[in-house]
Amino acid sequence: MTAISTSATTSPAPRPVPTSKPVSTLLYRHRWMRLVGLLSLPLTWLVGLYIVSLALLLVTAFWYIDSFTSKVIPGFTLDNFILVFSEPAYINTSLRTLGIALSVTLLSALFAIPLGIFMAKLASPWVRAVLAVAITLPLWAGYLVKILAMRITFTEEGLFNWLMAPFGISGPGFSIPTVILTLTYLWFPYMALPVYTAIRQIPVNLFDASADLGARGFTTIRTVVLPLLWPALIAGSVFTFSLSLGDYIVARFVGGANAQMIGSIIASNINLNPPVAAAFSVIPIAFVVIYLLVTRRTGALERM
Amino acid sequence: MRKQLMALSAMTAAAALLLAGCATPTGTDGSGELVFDVPDVPMLEALGDAEGSVDIVAWSGFVEPAWADTFTEETGCVVNRRVAGTSDEMVQLMRTGDYDLVSASGDASLRLIVGGDVAPINRELLPNFGDEIVPGMQGQLYDTINGKVYGVPIGRGANILQYNADVVTETPTSWDIVWEADSPYAGQITAYDAPIYIADAAVYLMYHQPELGITNPYALDETQLAAAVDLLKQQNEIVAEYWADPVAQITSFLGGTTVAGTSWEILRKLTADDRMQGTLPQEGSTGWSDAWMISSESDSPNCAYLWMDYTSQADVNGAIAMNFGMAPANGAFCETSDEAAAHCEEFNALNEEYFENVWYWTTPIEQCIDGRTEVQCTSFQDWTNAWATVKG
Repeated sequence: MTAISTSATTSPAPRPVPTSKPVSTLLYRHRWMRLVGLLSLPLTWLVGLYIVSLALLLVTAFWYIDSFTSKVIPGFTLDNFILVFSEPAYINTSLRTLGIALSVTLLSALFAIPLGIFMAKLASPWVRAVLAVAITLPLWAGYLVKILAMRITFTEEGLFNWLMAPFGISGPGFSIPTVILTLTYLWFPYMALPVYTAIRQIPVNLFDASADLGARGFTTIRTVVLPLLWPALIAGSVFTFSLSLGDYIVARFVGGANAQMIGSIIASNINLNPPVAAAFSVIPIAFVVIYLLVTRRTGALERM
Repeated sequence: MRKQLMALSAMTAAAALLLAGCATPTGTDGSGELVFDVPDVPMLEALGDAEGSVDIVAWSGFVEPAWADTFTEETGCVVNRRVAGTSDEMVQLMRTGDYDLVSASGDASLRLIVGGDVAPINRELLPNFGDEIVPGMQGQLYDTINGKVYGVPIGRGANILQYNADVVTETPTSWDIVWEADSPYAGQITAYDAPIYIADAAVYLMYHQPELGITNPYALDETQLAAAVDLLKQQNEIVAEYWADPVAQITSFLGGTTVAGTSWEILRKLTADDRMQGTLPQEGSTGWSDAWMISSESDSPNCAYLWMDYTSQADVNGAIAMNFGMAPANGAFCETSDEAAAHCEEFNALNEEYFENVWYWTTPIEQCIDGRTEVQCTSFQDWTNAWATVKG
C-alpha cells in the first residue's frame, strides 16, 4: 500500500525510473494495476462473498422443496412469495417487526439527542469521559449476555417488579414493549456515538449566536442543532432500524407469547424450507431499501 | 451448579435437535403395513478390520471421552465427534457423506432413511443389541422400515407436564390446564416452541375430540391440522412464554413467569427445586427417542459397527443415558448398581406402561403413517408454516 500511495502522489512528470524499486515502478506505469491492487481484496469480499451469496439465497426463494427430505429443487415458483403475502399471520408479523424497528429507532434518537447535547456542550471533561464509557459499556458485553440480563430483569419475580412493587406498578413482563426496550438497550450505542460526534462538531458560537438572536433552548435545538444533526441521526437510525429488523433472539427470550418477528420465521424455516426463508428475507431487505430511499430524498445520505 | 450449567448447555443443543424428532405409538397401530419408497442401500454383511477412526455426528453428551477413550483402547478406532444442535443440522451433515454415524432422533431418522443417507443395519453383527434392549424401543417406525432395521436405540424420554406445586396445588390429571381458555393458570403457561409441538395439540384432541378421527398425532390431514392449530391459537391467549431453550424454560419456571407447561424430566430435575413437579397426564404425551444410524457412504463401517455394539452394552448405554438425562435403551443397565436403578426409576426406563401413551416424535409426511390411504396428510413443511400462524 505504501508503494502505491508513494508512486501515486509523487511528481506527475516523467523522470528516470529507479531500477531498485521494480514494484513501485510497475504500479506507477500502469494505472489499472494500482486499481487492482487497491480494490481486489475489498471487491472480492463485497461481490464474491457478500453479494453473490445473498443473490444465491434470494434465488432459492423461487425454488421448490421436496416436502419429505427437505432437499431444495431448482425451478421457478411464486408459491413461496404467495405464502408470505397471503397469510394474515405473516403480514402481521412483518408489520409488527417494522413497528418494533421504528420504535427502537425513535427511542434511541430520543435518548441520544439530549445526552449528546449534554455530553458535548455542558459536561465537564471528566463527566464526559464517564458518560462516553457508560454509552460504550454495553458494547463490551456479549449480545446474549445482555439479552439474558434483560430477561432476568423483567421476569415475574425479577428486579423490575421488585423495585416497582412499593409503587404498585407491575412491569411489562415478556412482551413487545420489553422487546423494544431490550433492542434499544442493545443498539443504543450505534445511535448515541454518531449523534454525540456530530454535536461536538457544532461550533459553540452557533449556540451563542442563536441565543443572541433571542432563541430559547428548544428553538435552538429545533432550528440549529437538529438540521446539523440530521445526517448523524440518519446514520444512527440505519443501524438501529436494520439491526432491529433482523433480530429474533430478543423476541425469543423476552418477547413472551406474541412477539414473533420476521427473523423468527426465517430461523424456523432456514433448515427445513430454505425457499420460504429466502422469500421472507426479502421483506426486511425491502423495508431497508425503502427506508434508505426515503432518507436519500431528505438529502441526508449525501451529507453523511 | 457449574456442572449443571455445563450439562445444560449440552442439553440445550441436544434438546433443540430433539424437538424435530417424530414418533409413532408403541407398536399398536399396525405400522408394519406401511410401505415406503426407500432407496435400496446394501447393508454390511460381515465385519472386517477396523479402519482406525470413526466420525460421529451426535447430540451433546452422547459421545464423551469417559467412554470413547475406552472404545479406542479396545478397538483401535479413534472417535471424532461433531456435536449438532438440531435434527435439521444432523440431516444436513449426514448428507455431506463425511460422517459414519449419527445419533438420530425420530424426526430426522425417517428423512435420513427415505433420502438414502443411511444404510440398513445387520443386527447379527451387533451382539449387544439383544434381548435387553427395552421392548418399547425396538421396531419403531422411525428406525424400522419395510422390515429392515435402520437404528440402534440409545434412549428415550417423555414430554411431561411440569407444574409449580406452590401454585398448582393438586397434581394435574389432564393437560386441560395448559390448553383450555378458562385455565386457572391463564397467563402463566409455557409451551414448547417448535412446529412439532402441534403433535401435542393433536394428542389432546385425540382424547377430547374423538370425532376428529385422529389416531396418530403425526398423521394429520388438513382438517385435523386446522383443528390442532385452532387449539394452539386458543392456547396462545393463555401462554406467558414459549420455550425452545432449556435454560430459558428453567428460568421461566424459577422466575415465576410460568407455573405449568411442557417440560422434560431432566429439566424438572435441573431446576433443583422441590416445588417443581412433573406428571404424565391421562391423555398421554409426545416424547422422543434416539438411535444410532450408519451412513450409506460410511468410510469406516467396521469401526461404526464396533461403536454401535460398544454403546449398546449396559454400562456404556447407561453412562450416555445418565449423562444426557434420559431412559437408557438397554434395560440391563438398571441392575448394574443402586445408582443405575435409581436413574431408571426416575426416568421410567423399564416402565413400558408409562411409555405406552407416549408418542415419540416422528416427522409428519404426506403419506399418512396411521395407514390411511384415502387422504393425504400434512407434511412437516405444512406444520412449520402452520406453527408461525399460531403466534401470529
